Amino acid sequence: MANQRLQSDVVVVGAGPTGIAAACAVAEHGMKVAVVDNSPWLGGQIWRGATTHPVPGRAGQWIDRLKRSGVSVLSNATAFAAPASHLLVAETPDGVLEITWNKLIAATGARERFLPFPGWTLPGVVGPGGLYAMVKLGWPVAGKRVVVAGSGPLLLAAADGLKQAGARVSLVAEQADWDHVLRFGKGLWRYPGKLLQGVGVKARLLGVPYRCGCWPVKAEGTAHVESVTLANGSSSWSEDCDYLACGFHLVPNVELPCLLGCALASGFVRVDALQLTSVPDVFCAGEPTGIGGADCALVEGQVAGLAAAGAEDQARTLFGRRATWHRFRTSLNQAFALRPELRHLATPDTFVCRCEDVRLADLKGCESLRAARLQTRCGMGSCQGRTCGAAVQFLFGWEPDSVRPPLFPVRLASLADESSHLDKPTLQTDNSLQA
Amino acid sequence: MRDHVTISVNGKAVRVPPGTILAAAVAQAGVSSFRTSVRGEPRGPLCGMGVCFECCVTINGKAYSRSCLTLCEEGMEVKTNG
Repeated sequence: MANQRLQSDVVVVGAGPTGIAAACAVAEHGMKVAVVDNSPWLGGQIWRGATTHPVPGRAGQWIDRLKRSGVSVLSNATAFAAPASHLLVAETPDGVLEITWNKLIAATGARERFLPFPGWTLPGVVGPGGLYAMVKLGWPVAGKRVVVAGSGPLLLAAADGLKQAGARVSLVAEQADWDHVLRFGKGLWRYPGKLLQGVGVKARLLGVPYRCGCWPVKAEGTAHVESVTLANGSSSWSEDCDYLACGFHLVPNVELPCLLGCALASGFVRVDALQLTSVPDVFCAGEPTGIGGADCALVEGQVAGLAAAGAEDQARTLFGRRATWHRFRTSLNQAFALRPELRHLATPDTFVCRCEDVRLADLKGCESLRAARLQTRCGMGSCQGRTCGAAVQFLFGWEPDSVRPPLFPVRLASLADESSHLDKPTLQTDNSLQA
Repeated sequence: MRDHVTISVNGKAVRVPPGTILAAAVAQAGVSSFRTSVRGEPRGPLCGMGVCFECCVTINGKAYSRSCLTLCEEGMEVKTNG
């Protein structure tokens, strides 16, 4: 494994809408910027597939803008350590890449929240965003019966995408009560783009029932999910399905900012008006600072990029637009707040930690994530608590504690390389992007 | 550009369009259990975005590779552990 080195004025971690907007803003001010992303494609999760399949509208426009801007894109590069100030280490298929930077923008996005219920570990129980993301790149769903369940506007977006890919979506089950969702929908007139988007999705989902105030309580099947039982507090019923696409809104990816020492507030990265974190030279934008969707992410990304490039006055011109999206963010998270019944879906035999197969009963007597880790290995598997951590936070109020490198499982050779400081060749970056 | 890529999933040839993720090709091969959990349960992809590690397979001899973050390449040999 070769160690390679790269120096950049600004490094952006994450190539979703936030990272793309931030990188464009930096590059358009003549600074050298590198974008590091752990996937082979651009666009993050929401715009995934935009480089291999033509996408309509602004995703394609932003990706074209990025390509024209001269940004170095480092795909397949997983940032896993920050062993010194202004140094980021990433694992690539070719070895370890050390990036020294003057400013860093964490645009690490969000992941879906999964909550344990009997049967949630069966193959075929997938996140709605996750299934849709995989469908964009070839996962076969044509003719399959899909129940979409959980919470958040992503349920409708995923149902729409799955239906367009030929799936038979039989139900969208939203846990939030109808009056909350209705109030949120009625407020969308303030955001015409969102309203149009919502109307389009609803029109395309004509004939697919959207039921609020109900949630999955059990998935059943032998080697793969075959049916799901849903409940609404007074009754329950079963639906046959080939896939249960179930996720409960989103949780922020704050692991990298935490590793860099950034302070959190209520689970999100704390930033000032210029998206600067509590750590000098480290900016953060998009979902890690609050779950607000792609529009919010784009404007925050631009603010962070402009601020990192020293164009603070230009960044300030975007504050008004950002405030609009922050109001949207607040109403979104109020509308889709999780109901307390969801804390009681798991039975003693239900696995809470999927990596280590730790059951709910095994966690009895533990009073913190740390205790659970020591006594049961909960959160100590490959995902490093990214899946069960959000679940136990909601179930028991256990706050995530320390974040340690490596942030993701990496090859032993990469760890050895990261700790060695021998003469290293400098990486010649080119600005060509993968087609 | 070629109009398809052929890979092998547990010895079975699978033809997919370029730009297909490996997890999708494994599903197209009819495999639903990608890995076996520590207590012996079948598991398949959950997050679809590189977070959960439930979709890990062996790619060209390299164990524990996330199939949801890997694009299919001609001649790839894949073994699931389900």
